[in-house]
Amino acid sequence: MGSVGAKEVPQLIGPDGRRIDGRQLDELRPLRIVAGALHRADGSAFVEWGANKVMAAVYGPREVHPRHLQQNNKAIVQCRYNMAAFSVDERKRPGLDRRSQEISKVIAEAFESVIFAEEYPRTSIDIYIEVLQANAGTRCAGLVAASVALADAGIPMVDLLPAVAVGKIGGQIALDLRKEEDNFGEADLPMALVPQSGRLVLLQMEGHMNREELSRSLDLGVVGCRKIYDVMKQALRDRYSVTPAAPAPSVPTEAPA
Amino acid sequence: MSEEVTAEILTTHILELAQGGKRLDGRAVDEYRPVTIQFGYVASADGSALVRLGNTTVLSGIKLEPGKPFPDTPNAGVLTTNAELIPLSSPTFEPGPPHPRAIEVSRVVDRAIRAAEAVDLTGLCVTPGEKCWTCFVDIHVLDHSGNLIDASMLAAVSALSRATLPGKRFEIGEDAPLNIRHLPIETTFCRLGETIVVDPTFEEETAAQGRVTIATDEIGNVVAMQKGLVGAFAPEEVKQLVDRAFRHGDRLREQIRRGGGP
Repeated sequence: MGSVGAKEVPQLIGPDGRRIDGRQLDELRPLRIVAGALHRADGSAFVEWGANKVMAAVYGPREVHPRHLQQNNKAIVQCRYNMAAFSVDERKRPGLDRRSQEISKVIAEAFESVIFAEEYPRTSIDIYIEVLQANAGTRCAGLVAASVALADAGIPMVDLLPAVAVGKIGGQIALDLRKEEDNFGEADLPMALVPQSGRLVLLQMEGHMNREELSRSLDLGVVGCRKIYDVMKQALRDRYSVTPAAPAPSVPTEAPA
Repeated sequence: MSEEVTAEILTTHILELAQGGKRLDGRAVDEYRPVTIQFGYVASADGSALVRLGNTTVLSGIKLEPGKPFPDTPNAGVLTTNAELIPLSSPTFEPGPPHPRAIEVSRVVDRAIRAAEAVDLTGLCVTPGEKCWTCFVDIHVLDHSGNLIDASMLAAVSALSRATLPGKRFEIGEDAPLNIRHLPIETTFCRLGETIVVDPTFEEETAAQGRVTIATDEIGNVVAMQKGLVGAFAPEEVKQLVDRAFRHGDRLREQIRRGGGP
């Protein structure tokens, strides 16, 4: 899905081996996480990752709606991943399309794999992810935001879930694709890692990679996830460290340019 | 969708405080919460603004796309306003088709923008009867701590005031600033007993015995009104509220023009 006007395939890797934004192949885009960015939610987080802006909120454990979804032995985990109409180049029709529904499902399943749901029978843990500005890798940004929001809500989990997309661009394996790389690259492989066990709870892939490339992609993704994990933990420390007394953060503003 | 639940004891407390001209958060009866406006928050939009009204946060994004004029207005562009009360923003909002509450916010904001002729719609006509610009105003409520109508309007008008017509992207001439003719502002009041407070928080909204919203423009017109919730207002009260609405409206308009800082 190219933007209107982008007609030819740009050169994704320059002669110096650097990418269009000057990054090395194994370099992440700048990542900033704010835990507890909203006031009404039980837990929340804001993630700014490259040109992505994603907000996540967690409500629960709370009563299940609709009632028939309720499970007697554990909490159910529900997720809604949604993109704002103005988050992409061409205005998106508001509401959940099939892509959003699929992403919602795989994210919910990823979290179900790490949440101690049996602690809260007959309840629902609701995760809401809103993509405000999109630039490739929004499901990973959503997972990272939702993880921190779940921790902020005090939901017991095995671990946080760092996530990142690896891809193949200009024949090379690269970490954390941006929009142009996602649109014109050869493959995209988003993943979410449980750092404690080293296992993946989200794994998708689209495009062409051979066995060796796929294997290197997985290794690169794990390294990337561990870096992201550190930023996530720091965001929670910033929110909850006792000294110095920090005011409750809000939706972060940037200094005017 | 479930309703906001506020403990009866809190409701009683809010009403008792109001009797003495006091409010739960320490504000005066006619005191608005601090407002901050951040323009251009979303790079993918043709205009955007993140508005914070106390703890209420609303993000509005403008998208302009080529479209076809309505048959009855062949010389005018099309304006569409849509507010999403997404479930991220409050424990009582649920996914699904728009709740009447969301429809009311959309329509009240849309009506004021239209009635005030805030956007120069004839300027959005490209070829009469065939081609025009469609201006989408999308409003995303992120944190619902009361008074969504005012916050949504502030976000919409702020985003419109700095929007760009993306002529180049659609090969319809050059990029140009969107022509904004007026700056309508909504001011919402709630009745708490015999006291009428401005800019209610959500606790005050649940305790309220009636709500009224008054939209004003910068040249002295009331351009829209909306009474909501169960309750009643005397005509004399409404007249006084109109005066108060102009005072708040003029102050907020000045803030938008100045650049959004508190």
